[in-house]
Amino acid sequence: MARARTGVAPDSKNVYPPTEAILDNPIDEQTGERGARELREVWKTPKGWRYWSAVNNSEVGKWYALSAFFFMMCAGVLALLMRVQLAVPGNDFLSAERFNQFFTMHGSAMMFLFAVPMFEAISILLLPGLLGARDMPFPRLSAYGFWCFLIGGIFVMGSVLFGVAPDSGWFMYPPLATEAEGIGSDIWLLGLSFIEVASIAAAVELIVGVLKCRPPGMRVNLMPLYAWYVLVVGGMILFAFPPLIAGDFLFEMQRSFDWPFFDPDRGGDPMLWQHLFWIFGHPEVYIVFLPSIAIAAMIVPTAAQRPIVGYSWIVLSAVGTGFLSFGLWVHHMFTTGLPSMSLGFFSAASEAVVIPTGIQLFAFLATLMVGRVKMNLPMLFITGALAIFTAGGLTGVMVALAPFDWQVHDTYFIVAHLHYTLFGGMVFPVMAGVYYYFPFFTKKTLSERVGRIVFWLMFVGFNVTFLPMHLTGLMGMPRRVFTYPSVLGWDLLNLISSVGAFIVASAFVLFAIDLLRPRGKQPYAERNLWNAGTLEWAHNVPEENWGSRAVPYISSRYPLWDQKDIVERMDKGHFYLHDAPDGKRETLITTVLDARPIQCLRVSGPAWITILAAVFTGGAFIFPTFHWYPPAILCGGAAIACVIYWLWTGTAQVPDKKMRDVGLTLELPVYASGPASVGWWGVWITMLGDATAFASLIFGYFFYWTAKPDFPPPGTEHALAVPLLMGAAALVLSWAATLGARIVNGQGRVAAARALLVAAPLLAVAGSVLFCLSVVSSGLEPTSHVYPAIIWAVMVWTVVHTGAGVIMQCYCLAGSLFGKLTPDHDADIWNVTLFWHFVCLTVVVAGLTIGVMPRVMG
Amino acid sequence: MRRGAPIRAAALLLLLAGCKGPQSVLDPAGKDAAVLADLFWVLLIGAVVLWLAVNGLFFYVTRIETRSMSRRLADTLVIGGGIVFPFFLLSGLLIYALSIMPDQTREGEGVLVRVTGEQWWWRVEYIPEPGAEPIIAANEIRLPVNHRTEIKLGADKVIHSFWIPALAGKMDMFPGRETRLAVEPTRPGVYRGQCAELCGEAHALMAFQAVVMEQAEFAAWLEAERQDAKAPADEIARQGQTVFLEEGCGACHTVRGTQARGRVGPDLTHVGGRLSLGAGILPTDRDAFASWVSHTKGIKPGVKMPPYDHLTEAKLSALSVYLEGLK
Repeated sequence: MARARTGVAPDSKNVYPPTEAILDNPIDEQTGERGARELREVWKTPKGWRYWSAVNNSEVGKWYALSAFFFMMCAGVLALLMRVQLAVPGNDFLSAERFNQFFTMHGSAMMFLFAVPMFEAISILLLPGLLGARDMPFPRLSAYGFWCFLIGGIFVMGSVLFGVAPDSGWFMYPPLATEAEGIGSDIWLLGLSFIEVASIAAAVELIVGVLKCRPPGMRVNLMPLYAWYVLVVGGMILFAFPPLIAGDFLFEMQRSFDWPFFDPDRGGDPMLWQHLFWIFGHPEVYIVFLPSIAIAAMIVPTAAQRPIVGYSWIVLSAVGTGFLSFGLWVHHMFTTGLPSMSLGFFSAASEAVVIPTGIQLFAFLATLMVGRVKMNLPMLFITGALAIFTAGGLTGVMVALAPFDWQVHDTYFIVAHLHYTLFGGMVFPVMAGVYYYFPFFTKKTLSERVGRIVFWLMFVGFNVTFLPMHLTGLMGMPRRVFTYPSVLGWDLLNLISSVGAFIVASAFVLFAIDLLRPRGKQPYAERNLWNAGTLEWAHNVPEENWGSRAVPYISSRYPLWDQKDIVERMDKGHFYLHDAPDGKRETLITTVLDARPIQCLRVSGPAWITILAAVFTGGAFIFPTFHWYPPAILCGGAAIACVIYWLWTGTAQVPDKKMRDVGLTLELPVYASGPASVGWWGVWITMLGDATAFASLIFGYFFYWTAKPDFPPPGTEHALAVPLLMGAAALVLSWAATLGARIVNGQGRVAAARALLVAAPLLAVAGSVLFCLSVVSSGLEPTSHVYPAIIWAVMVWTVVHTGAGVIMQCYCLAGSLFGKLTPDHDADIWNVTLFWHFVCLTVVVAGLTIGVMPRVMG
Repeated sequence: MRRGAPIRAAALLLLLAGCKGPQSVLDPAGKDAAVLADLFWVLLIGAVVLWLAVNGLFFYVTRIETRSMSRRLADTLVIGGGIVFPFFLLSGLLIYALSIMPDQTREGEGVLVRVTGEQWWWRVEYIPEPGAEPIIAANEIRLPVNHRTEIKLGADKVIHSFWIPALAGKMDMFPGRETRLAVEPTRPGVYRGQCAELCGEAHALMAFQAVVMEQAEFAAWLEAERQDAKAPADEIARQGQTVFLEEGCGACHTVRGTQARGRVGPDLTHVGGRLSLGAGILPTDRDAFASWVSHTKGIKPGVKMPPYDHLTEAKLSALSVYLEGLK
């Protein structure tokens, strides 16, 4: 090859890890320049109207963050209007109806349209930089997620303008929300489910990014803490959102088809929703909080100019917080009349989460102790965050105690508590992060002077607003009241809070102006201006969109502090993947634990298909809000077609060459399948979330069984045994055929594989039909009682999955026929088989639950 | 230091005075509420001390002693401050809080009260002894002092939460499921309760008075409450009663002793004797009755009762006199 390196002996091929001799051996200047030129060409962001087809993390991340910021400002305006209404007793500035819509949307938007998307946006922006990667592993998935988020967000937020917004609180308790008139509840359920799907897509992307796209040498124990937190939070999203999606599914079935899941008159139970909602809702709090701690974990060592103290403790605590957060949900239900035993247990669990949180805070304190602290603007925001968050944490310790919670639950004390934790644990750290990372994103700085004013306005305004609310709540003011009488001593406190709200608002307006003002003339900031030690600060050249000039070899947690000349070497392209001779966007894939490079992944470039797929997915979710099912079904079909087209043309392409010289003597395969490929990991992680949602449905079934004496109702029909058994058997056989097709295809027996791939979807269709029949023709009427309803729900869930499985089997068959799937290039069938493992599990569990359980136990 | 002390004492007094109120958690008049208020003061003091310690330390290391300190001290801080100290503190706190936790669901004695949350008012039934015919009232709860009274809670359509901060912690009310709360008032007086779980449009306007009475007084009141409504005292009231019956009020409301036997809305047999009208939002004088009957939706958005704004001034006024007289 013409691209030979000077001075490297031809026999030293595939040396890994690179020796000092290899690292010291620069490519010549000409090669470097050519590499840079190639990269620039490949990673160019489209211009003009084509700009919106970009999928690169820096563009998608920027849109994502700005959209989330916009939705936050909208939700903030709602809060201001509510504070105007509450400024004086007996006010009629807002009607009760509007006020209820406003607080519902304020909470929902802050959670679903700001806090979680903001984490995902910042992570998409930062992660490739932190990992020295070129892009995220599935750029089009990020873009799809963003467009879904934007469409869903505008739909949900826009409902406020038409006065049809949901008005039953962000927690949507049935029966209030199930019985609510109008389309508000449907907007909440369908619009936010749509956004939750996008959030899960982003979580999958981020998890795979952290696991598989790290630079060579960055073993898990060398990962920047931010990446650890992304991993933990991504995992939490994966397990927390699905119960809510399952709940949304049941809820919408009740709204649309009158299946009585939450109707006590027909065996349903509103408590099931409370459980499913808070199994999501409490981890959600930490999903919001941990990423902000992660930002602090990047800023604090820089301020101290020392590596973080207690790295392992912090990682353990983050993981521990993640786990514990799933065991606390009942503390949102302390006033539902639970037995003392449960109260005690969940009080204890809620207190226990203080410990990992405390460890993280004290580790930051310890880092600042051992370092020489340079106070800068980001650190000022961190100081404010700590002051506010510790106050919120301490009131959290109070409300975690069941007896105290009986008094303050659903009062303004809780409003104060949750805003202290969210401002201290999210808003202030994110503000710190924006001031800290703005030069990384744009190579310009935000105004230091304005920043200080913003800080003080925000800090003072926040405390003026929320500190008095503790007392307002203790004096008996409940939450979510649109007005109050004058005789209860709440007047002055409320007036003060309203004044404070406007001070906070002024801070955000000032900040937005500084953030968005054109800064064309402003000179570029100096490189790595905070003198940070992590990889993202190696960035320099503003107009280059390639992420990292070359992917470095990492041997320290703070490579910019510890690894000699790393930045100079990266600049000269003297690391991995310093060029793009094939004109393709590429990034390195490494192993999960020790980050050994194993593949040079070709990632996808700009595309419109992702936007189209998002628009149709949006249609499939939004039309049912208005009970317009035919267009919804058409949109669903079109969305599936778009996704198939996108996968067919953009993923697991058979490459024109097997190996790619990635530099530093290393040659890596371009194609990978099975566990070595990112796609397989993406499917695996997605299916964990999917299985969690299914488990939540099954949880619902057994919840009714344990909580309701008339479940199953005496003398009821069951799902028909024979068709159910035959259907399940056919589906299991279909799984076996898929697995067999993967195996024989791998052995090179293509004809046998094709035969199996013909049999598999036929079996699956037959199985699905029988599965349906076992319920549909059993005489089980889903509107009559919750028992038939949940059986129908499990059946629908299962059949939707087998249906998706059929499409995938056909996709593989087509791939085999058209040369996309060959014995050597079999990523697709690996992924489909993995999907079918989960489908098979779903079928078996569903069959046992609806077919066997009631006959054995009933 | 000494000079500041009186000021701080004054500030504390002011704060305590500010905590008073008919719906205040910090002004308890019940046994359980007193325990919970004490718990709050303990928690508050602890929280303030800890907040000052953590933030003081942060201020010290970032502003005062910015030079580097020893690594061993830092490690000790992580282990000690992050694990050992909170472990013991929280264990102690948990043991303390759970040991004083009042059993709000334990059985009461004497009269049993059943309260059902409706949209947006309270159906109240007193059951003097097991099996006895319930005495039906609404939007006001009367309780004997120094006596543990059991309250059974339910709801009609949506979830509500029953809360009298001065007497006890709150308890949710569910359709299709019964929850229980037992309260033991220690001080006679009038306290305010309010629905604490979002229950729809007029959630903010769903309150009630809890009247704690001496035991003998309570027994006498209950006996009076058991009686049918008093016959109208004068001509105007009689006209009012006619209006009441002709306008069909009895389709939704009961006035015992008349043909009005509706169960949809609050029982009005002794409505004039209650302290408030419309679930804790208006007084029970003549003007209030008139404005409520003619402007229901304006006063309480979403309320099911239609406004009777077609009534003539005279009819409305007669009706108000009649209702006010239902003591």
